[in-house]
Amino acid sequence: MSFQPVHFYQTGTFTVGNRLLAPEERSVQAHVERTNSLNSGHRACQGCGEALGARYAIDAAMNAARGRLIAANATGCLEVFSTPYPETSWQIPWIHSLFGNTAAIGTGIAAAIKVKRQKGQMGDVRVVAQGGDGGTTDIGFGCLSGMFERNDDVLYICYDNGGYMNTGVQRSSATPPAARTATTMPVGPEPGNAFGQGKFVPAIAMAHEIPYVATATVADLRDLEYKVTKAMGIRGARYIHILVPCPLGWGAASQDTIRLARLAKETGIFPVFEAEHGEVTGVLKIRRPQPVEEYLKLQKRYAHLFGKKPAVETIARLQAAADKNIRKYGLLDQEAN
Amino acid sequence: MLKQTEGSHAVAEAVALCRPEVICAYPISPQTHIVEGLGEMVKAGEVANCEFINVESEFAAMSVAIGSSAAGARTYTATASQGLLFMVEAVYNASGLGLPIVMTVANRAIGAPINIWNDHSDSLSQRDCGWIQLFAETNQEALDLHIQAFKLAEEVSLPVMVCMDGFILTHAYERVDVPSQEQVDAFLPPYEPRQVLDPKEPVSIGAMVGPEAFSEVRYLAHAKQMQALERIPQLAEQFKAVFGRDSGGLTHAYRIDDAETVVVAMGSVLGTIKDTVDEMRQAGDRIGVLGITSYRPFPLDSVRAALQNAQRVVVLEKSLAVGIGGILSTDVRMAMSGLQLHGHTVVAGLGGRAITRKSLRALFTKALRGELGHLTFLDLDWNVVNKQLERERATRRSGPAAESMLRDIGVVAARIG
Repeated sequence: MSFQPVHFYQTGTFTVGNRLLAPEERSVQAHVERTNSLNSGHRACQGCGEALGARYAIDAAMNAARGRLIAANATGCLEVFSTPYPETSWQIPWIHSLFGNTAAIGTGIAAAIKVKRQKGQMGDVRVVAQGGDGGTTDIGFGCLSGMFERNDDVLYICYDNGGYMNTGVQRSSATPPAARTATTMPVGPEPGNAFGQGKFVPAIAMAHEIPYVATATVADLRDLEYKVTKAMGIRGARYIHILVPCPLGWGAASQDTIRLARLAKETGIFPVFEAEHGEVTGVLKIRRPQPVEEYLKLQKRYAHLFGKKPAVETIARLQAAADKNIRKYGLLDQEAN
Repeated sequence: MLKQTEGSHAVAEAVALCRPEVICAYPISPQTHIVEGLGEMVKAGEVANCEFINVESEFAAMSVAIGSSAAGARTYTATASQGLLFMVEAVYNASGLGLPIVMTVANRAIGAPINIWNDHSDSLSQRDCGWIQLFAETNQEALDLHIQAFKLAEEVSLPVMVCMDGFILTHAYERVDVPSQEQVDAFLPPYEPRQVLDPKEPVSIGAMVGPEAFSEVRYLAHAKQMQALERIPQLAEQFKAVFGRDSGGLTHAYRIDDAETVVVAMGSVLGTIKDTVDEMRQAGDRIGVLGITSYRPFPLDSVRAALQNAQRVVVLEKSLAVGIGGILSTDVRMAMSGLQLHGHTVVAGLGGRAITRKSLRALFTKALRGELGHLTFLDLDWNVVNKQLERERATRRSGPAAESMLRDIGVVAARIG
């Protein structure tokens, strides 16, 4: 992949100091003219991964589109916390229609723009559609697949926090196995969410062979910016799936949002990669492999796995799923092993 | 230009003349010929600057329409029956957002049991969704109403359904006058949106509204329909000035001046009713017809004025409000408030059952004699119904009702005679 992570180990952190980089390599967020597309003052929870992801993603998209961007937004946390009218955090043209139709709204906007451009009534305006995992992997899935199949000129961004957090933390098809939600309580012989077959929408997006699919986390915001920027340089249907920890829904400390996102990547639970036309073209390698317990034990939604009698079998199954990801996507360098 | 053409194609030509910018298409009978016609015209380059999008569901059709309309494009789609129901959430959203989308509804029954033929159950189920609903009596009126619909929708910023009877109109070949592009351009100005997604003037659309303003926003939707109530007759006048014919308006009255009995109906059945009325007039019966063109907004005053001097009203509707009787009847009854009239609801033509002159004449004669009940199901086969009711009384596991009734009828054929 063309993106090269720059490591500055001397600080003892993963923070990339912008001052040490050439100006053109600096973060979009470091620019004085960053657009603050999702402006401060919104009502997201402390430590909200979605707010962070959306801020970086949309500002990067705005930067790539030279300020000419329209966003469609699914019903959900991002919609609710950003537009408690008469206040709105959005500094860009933004529309919320329904929970399950955001990809189609994007298609409609893109079609209108195409016609307006033909008529010389509008410049090159780009379209982003965005929603949470419920609005993407469940209720909005039909519209999303239709948009992919037609290869409409829309960048769809899914902020995946693994559940319906806005309605009170219920299970979605992106909720991981064993996780506690309000509809998968940690009771009975198999506490938490069932081990299903999984529904990893980035892989389904790849099956549509759309020009660009990527995953990212809020732990590596430079990687996220790079992927959004790359996606904006491509025409047609594009999909970016961002893992965004939810302190409320995961039962995690607000200050652990970035840490959890990083652990999701470092354990192999969430593979970070990019793909073009259905083929993986690059992965973000695991730097310091971690057992899944390191990720799980920080979250109250997995607390039932770590009681007096740890659920070793369940943890082993989760570890096996992470190991499978590591094999499947080649997340470990041979040297690192 | 006079043409012998299919109703669906006449509508496709009318929509094309309105210079649509985005068309969303999903197939469902009996609407398919309209979008097929438009798709061909767009692909052949006969409609300039237009995007024709084959979507994956009706829910997506209306959603794409919402996106394109919000981005300032003149937007059209068409549907029917189950398709309309499948898009309902987006239908309400389009009107709630005040987006002037025009949609043809090729009226068709709703299942179960699945039935592809005509009645008005589909669009009438969307009575309160906030869209304007105009009902065409003929293919000429269907064509004309689409041209008026874009103008009306864009003036009041509300979406409009143009309702035309599935198959009876959509698939009927008859003579229509297709206007010229110059005529349509003279009548319909380019779309100037009231709100638009534009990077030059960023706005947020679709924010949550709480109790502090929800009533006011909803009242505004009603107020806009009341504006439409005033605009619809004016647009019909303007239309006549440009195109030289009467089309649209709120209601069509026929031989009601001295009528003691007035039949109220919507859509293509009005033609059959008028023929029956003519027959009965020759026999000396004082009977007339009131056709409702604008179902939403409902023209209470116009209906009331038309019924002012009558003694009896027969509302003949292709719809059924299960548990009470009539849907249209309920609205007509509101218009009759304070008038001393005998009111009758006749449910007719469900699922494509033919409404014949013979049946109508017998029905109206009964009404004139004061023998018609409050609620009548025209040409109902009581034998079949009673047999099924008896079966259900006798046997707990009596099986699927529709299939049993079809077996009793014994022939695999629509009862169209």
